Amino acid sequence: MSLDLFFQYLFAGITYGSIYAIVAIGFNIIYNTTGIINFAQGEFVMLGGMISISLLPFMPLPLAIAGAVAITMVIGALMEICFIRWLESPSVLRMIIITIGISILLRESALHIWGESIRSLPYFYGNEISAFTIGSVRFSPQVLWVIIACGLMVIALSIFFKMTPVGREMRACAANRTAALLCGISTRNMVTLSFMLSAGIGALAGCVMSPITYTQYDIGTTLAIKGFTVAILGGLGNYPGAVAAGILLGTLEAFSISVVPLAFQDAVAITILLLILFIRPHGLFGSSEAARLKDF
Amino acid sequence: MLRIRNLDAGYGKLRVLKNISLHVDGGEIVTMIGANGAGKTTLLHTIIGLVKPMRGEIDFIGKTCVRGAVGKMVAAGCSLVPEGRQVFAPMSVEENLQLGGYILQREQGRAAVLKELEHQYELFPILRERRRQLAGTLSGGEQQMLAMARALMSRPRLVMMDEPSTGLAPLIVRDIFQIILRLREEGNTVLLIEQNAKAALAVADRGYVLEVGKVIVQGPAAHLLANSDVQRAYLGRDKHT
Repeated sequence: MSLDLFFQYLFAGITYGSIYAIVAIGFNIIYNTTGIINFAQGEFVMLGGMISISLLPFMPLPLAIAGAVAITMVIGALMEICFIRWLESPSVLRMIIITIGISILLRESALHIWGESIRSLPYFYGNEISAFTIGSVRFSPQVLWVIIACGLMVIALSIFFKMTPVGREMRACAANRTAALLCGISTRNMVTLSFMLSAGIGALAGCVMSPITYTQYDIGTTLAIKGFTVAILGGLGNYPGAVAAGILLGTLEAFSISVVPLAFQDAVAITILLLILFIRPHGLFGSSEAARLKDF
Repeated sequence: MLRIRNLDAGYGKLRVLKNISLHVDGGEIVTMIGANGAGKTTLLHTIIGLVKPMRGEIDFIGKTCVRGAVGKMVAAGCSLVPEGRQVFAPMSVEENLQLGGYILQREQGRAAVLKELEHQYELFPILRERRRQLAGTLSGGEQQMLAMARALMSRPRLVMMDEPSTGLAPLIVRDIFQIILRLREEGNTVLLIEQNAKAALAVADRGYVLEVGKVIVQGPAAHLLANSDVQRAYLGRDKHT
């Protein structure tokens, strides 16, 4: 493999990897406050892309993206309030089945609203054929947007969790739910907030990736599987772990093309998922001590 | 301040507490002693609102407690130091305390929280030294102090403590009980639940003995210390030798 090709693959890997990382962070936020995996996370990404595409004819691009993020956040909050909040001490399994149900509901609604057609946002800067060149490696300007947006999201989230009172309260819920209740914190509101937050970042990821990967009503499923793989690989609930694991999976996928046919790309992710579940179910960066205490 | 009448409570169909009546007046230290599984923790959880009562009433400063309203109980001035400390392990000592001041911050603003934080650091100087350290890295005694300080951050009128001495070295246990006495001096009311009956009765004004969900003896702490049944069951036979 030539050096140019190597960097080309590497960049493609990092781009997809950052998207997976964002989906995984969405999983982690909800996992940390509720202990469940929200399988509708991929649908948030799809909704972000679809809604921004629909808003675009009426407003400039940045507004359309902001609108899509806001609407998806509302959908995320509604989903929690309608289907999860009122449950009296639900089991983890029951909540997970509910999120699977919601993901089917959202996907089918999207099929009815937007049809099967494949859509995309325009490139934020330049177009399909414009390219940046570093040395002899060429890559699309949208790739930079994806990486910058994901990087900024990670930074913004870590500031939110470390510095703001609400972020601190959410971490408290994750660390010890009963103790958070005893401090007077409404853990139910924190759960709603975590659904809003992960819906919002999912939607933003859906917008920035749309020009490269395109958006269709059913992209959520694949993304959810990839994001879930990354979340497990990085250790459930571990944010820096998710970023590292996301980039690792993205890069592995990208380089797999040079070994196996493109059609097998998704199989790579699933193989990795199975391998981790067999060998290191607590993830590369998670501790097995902590994993033993988790519900699953 | 706290008045409980004919309370039954439990989990699902299991009735853990049977016909409990007790009261705590302002400025008192009241202790409830009993063996494992007697229902001590369930009682505190029922008072704070984590467990729903099946029958009977809990009256706290004229307010009736309802399950799911833990936030309201804390806001009304009832605070629980849970069994096993339950600190926010991955967060710093100061963050733990700030979270304890959640209700205070909401009702009186940030300045009140900072002032209360300062007050807790005076009461527990070791916590000031460890303020940047993660709570999970503290020793058992320090974690217990942190749990107490965190509960006190909401400026409660009634502090309930669930077995604060469990698993601590005797010297630390003495410190913990000293602090409980100091809390009364500062005008707090304490409901203390203990297996360490001797130490608890030594600091308390009044006591209740709980056995398999029922109050079997109650009275001033000195009387309980002298009661032969209590001595035999909880204080050890050779106490007078």
